[in-house]
Amino acid sequence: MRTLVYLAHPRPDRSEINAPMFEAARGIEGITCVDLYGEYPSFEMNVDREQQRITEHDAIVFLHPLYWYSVPALLREWQDLVLEHGFAYGHSGHALDGKVTFNAVTCGAAAEAYTPEGANGAHLRTLLMPFEKTADLCRMRYLAPFALFGAGRAVEEGRDKSHLAEWRSLLKALRDDTLDITAARAALSLNGFTAAGAAKLEAV
Amino acid sequence: MDLLAAGFVYLVAAVIAVPLAKRLGLGSVLGYLIAGLVIGPVLGVVGGETVDIQHFAEFGVVMMLFLVGLELQPAMLWRMRAQLLGLGGMQVLGTAVLIAAAALVFGVAWQASLALGMILALSSTAIVLQTLGEKGLMPTAGGKGSFSVLLTQDIAVIPMLALMPLLAVNAVAGGHDGHGDSGHGAPAADAHGHGHGAPTLFDTLPDWAQAVAVLLIIGGIIVAGRTVIRPVFRFIAEARLREIFTAAALMLVIGIALLMNYVGLSPALGTFLAGVVLSDSEYRHELESDIEPFKGLLLGLFFITVGAGIDFQLLLSNPVGLVGLALGLMALKAGVLYVLGTGFGLRGADRWLFSLGLAQAGEFAFVLFGFAAGAGILGAEVIKPMTLVVALTMLLTPLLFILYEKVLAPRAVRTEDRAADEIDEAGSIVVAGIGRVGQIITRMLVTNGHKVTVLDHDPETIENLSRIGFRAYYGDATRPDLLHSAGLEDAKLFVAALDDREKQTELVHHVAKTYPEVTIHARAHDRHHVYELERAGAHLAQRETFEGALAMGRDAMTAIGYHPFRAEAASRTFRSHDREALDGLRESWNESGVSKSYIDAMRAHSQTLFELMKADRHDTHDRSERGWTPPPKGDASL
Ligand SMILES: Cc1cc2nc3c(=O)[nH]c(=O)nc-3n(C[C@H](O)[C@H](O)[C@H](O)COP(=O)(O)O)c2cc1C
Repeated sequence: MRTLVYLAHPRPDRSEINAPMFEAARGIEGITCVDLYGEYPSFEMNVDREQQRITEHDAIVFLHPLYWYSVPALLREWQDLVLEHGFAYGHSGHALDGKVTFNAVTCGAAAEAYTPEGANGAHLRTLLMPFEKTADLCRMRYLAPFALFGAGRAVEEGRDKSHLAEWRSLLKALRDDTLDITAARAALSLNGFTAAGAAKLEAV
Repeated sequence: MDLLAAGFVYLVAAVIAVPLAKRLGLGSVLGYLIAGLVIGPVLGVVGGETVDIQHFAEFGVVMMLFLVGLELQPAMLWRMRAQLLGLGGMQVLGTAVLIAAAALVFGVAWQASLALGMILALSSTAIVLQTLGEKGLMPTAGGKGSFSVLLTQDIAVIPMLALMPLLAVNAVAGGHDGHGDSGHGAPAADAHGHGHGAPTLFDTLPDWAQAVAVLLIIGGIIVAGRTVIRPVFRFIAEARLREIFTAAALMLVIGIALLMNYVGLSPALGTFLAGVVLSDSEYRHELESDIEPFKGLLLGLFFITVGAGIDFQLLLSNPVGLVGLALGLMALKAGVLYVLGTGFGLRGADRWLFSLGLAQAGEFAFVLFGFAAGAGILGAEVIKPMTLVVALTMLLTPLLFILYEKVLAPRAVRTEDRAADEIDEAGSIVVAGIGRVGQIITRMLVTNGHKVTVLDHDPETIENLSRIGFRAYYGDATRPDLLHSAGLEDAKLFVAALDDREKQTELVHHVAKTYPEVTIHARAHDRHHVYELERAGAHLAQRETFEGALAMGRDAMTAIGYHPFRAEAASRTFRSHDREALDGLRESWNESGVSKSYIDAMRAHSQTLFELMKADRHDTHDRSERGWTPPPKGDASL
C-alpha cells in the first residue's frame, strides 16, 4: 500500500519519541512523510494539496502525541478543512473509500491508566472514538491505534528503541501489504501485530 | 461705475446676503437673488453694467453644465434608466404640457407657451439638493425620487436648448436679425451663432455642409475626449503644477465653448458633452474641483444680476396677481408630482416630500429665459413678470419644507426603502495614495468585492489602474476639495497611505477634523509616526515595514534550521512584545516626545525582549517556551 505518515507535533525540537519516529519513517523507502506543523506553521492549510496527497495514498497514518485525549490542534484543523463534503463523505464523496487509517499515538500516562479499571476508565481505542467515527463516515478502514504509553519516561527506561523498531516493521508491513487488516481492525491495539512486535510481546 | 467698483459692490452684497440666507434656511440661490434685489431695484447702486456682467456671468452656466456632465457617468445613468425615463421623464413632459396649456389659456402664443412650459417644468437643483442634504433626507425614498427627477431635468436642459431655436424660427420671421431688445439681451454664452456678430466661415457653408460639420465636431469632441485629452492632461499633471492644471481645465471649457459658438451650437451643450465624455476618466475629480469654484462664483454673480434686474415696480403694482401666479404654478407642479409619486410607489411622508420639495421653478429658468429672449421666443413683457414668479416660488420653498417637516411628515408613514436605487456613486472606502502600501490594501478590498475610490497624484499609476477597471482618480489627496468630491462624507473607511510622512500626518489631521464620522486607518513610517498619526486622529496606525520585516525574520530563522512552527511562534512573540512596547511608550512620548524617560522606557523594553528571545528549552515557563510543554518527568499523577 502507498503509505502516508502525517506528523502532528507543535514542538518537534523538544519531542523525545514522535520526532525520532518521524525520522525513522523517513528512512523507510516508499513511505511519504509530512510534517504538518512544518508545512503550515501559520495554520493556512492548502486544502487542495492535502486532498491530492491522501488521494494518492492507500494508508494514512497520523503520528502524534496524545494531547488532552485528542490530537494537537493543527491535525484537528486538517480534519476540518481537508475532509470536505463531496470529497471525503456525503453522497458524492468517495475519495477515501476503503483506505486504511490509524493513529500512532504516544501518551504521557502509563498503560494501566488506559484500561476500564485504570485512571482513564477506558481503553485508548475507546477514547479515540471520534477518529474512528470520522474514518467510518469517510468509508475508510480504521485500525486499532499503535501506542506508546509512559512516553515521558520511555527514553530513560530504554523503551524507545524497541518501540521504534516495531514502528518500522509496522510501516513496512503496511507498505508491503502483509498486515492482517481484518485482525488489525478488530484489535484493541496494533502493538504486537508484526513479527518484531510479537517477539517483543513474547519477551515480556 | 467702473467695473472694479461694480464688482466690489456685487461681492459685498453677496458676502452679506448669502450667509444670511443660508442661516435662515433659504439657500444660497435665494441669497444671491436677494443680494441683487437689494443693490439693484432697492438701493439702486448698480445699473446699466448689470447686463454686461450678466453676459460674462452666464459663462458660469456653461461651466455648470460641464460639471453636470462630469457627474453623469454613462454606467450610472444606465443603472438609473427606469427612474430617469419613467419618473423624471414623465415629470418634465407632463408638467411642461400642463403649463403650456395654462399659458395658452392666458392667451400666450403657442410657441411661447411651449417654451414657458419647458422652462418652468424644471425645479431648483441647487435649492432642493442642498436642503435634502442638510436635512438628511437624501436616503429616503422621497429623497431618492427627487434626485432622479432633478437629474432628468438637468439632462433635459440639453434637448430644450436644442428645441428653443426651432420654436424661434417658427415664431419670428427673420429670427436671424436677433432680438437684443429684452432686458436680458442675448446671452453671450448661449448665443445662437446665427443671430450674432459677423458671419463666420461656417455660416458661408451650405446647409447640408453645416449639418455635416456639426456632426463632425460633436464626434470630434467625443473622440478627442477619449483619446487626446487624457495624454494631454497626463502631460500637464506630470508637471505637478496645480495652477497649470486649473488653467488647462479652464482652457478646455472655454475652448469648447468658443468652438460651439463658432458653429452656432450651444456652448453649454458642447461642454456638457465633454463633461460626459470625461466622466469616467481618472481626471474627473480634479477637473471637478478645479472648475467648481469658478462655476460657483460666476453662477452666483449671474443670480445677483437676475436679482438686480427684477422689476420691483411690477411686483408692487400687482402683488396679488403675481403671488397668485406663483402659488398656482407650484400647485400645478406639486399636483403632477403627487400623481407621479403615487404611480411610482411613494406613500405618506415620502410622497409629500417629493411633491412639495420639487414644486418650485429652478435657477435654469433664469438662464433659459435669457436664451429664449435671445432667440426671440419670449418678450420682455412675459419674462419680467415670470422672473418674479420664479423667484417667488423659490422664496416659498423653505416654507414648504417647514410645512413638510412640522406638519405632514410627523403624521405620515414612510414608504419602504428600496435598495435598488443605488445612486451613491462614491465608494464606501477611500484610499489616498496608491503606492506600494495603498496598492496592496486596495487590491485586497477590491478582490473581496468592495467599492474603493483611489486618489493619487501619479498620473501614470492612475491611468494604468483605471485601465484595469479600478476607480482611480488623479489629484493631490491632501486637498480638501478633492477629498470632498471623492465622497468622503459617506465613506465608511478612509485609508491614508501616502508616502510622504509630513503630508500623511497633515492629511489624517484634516480628515479627522472635517469628517469626524469616518474611520481612519493610516500607514505609519515608524513608531514615532504611529504616535503622531494617532494624535492627528487616526483610529489605527500601522508601521508599514513591521509585518514584512517580521515575516523576513521568521523566514531567516527557518532558513538557518529552526522548525517553521518554532520560527512562527518566535515571530508572534516578537510581534506581541513589540506591540506592548508601543502601547507602553505611548504615554511617555505623548507627554514629552523623545525624552530621557522615553529612552529609558525603551531600553527596559528591549531588555525584556532580549531575555525572552534567549530563553532556551530548559527555561520552561516563559512566554515563548511555555507552549506544549509536557508534564515534568516524575509526575506521579500520570
Ligand atoms: C498539551 C499537552 C497535553 C497532554 N495531554 C495528555 C493526555 O491527555 N494524556 C496523556 O496520556 N498525556 C498527555 N500529554 C503528554 C504527552 O502525550 C507526552 O508529552 C508526549 O506523548 C510525549 O511525546 P514527545 O516526546 O514526542 O513529545 C500531554 C502533553 C501536553 C504538552
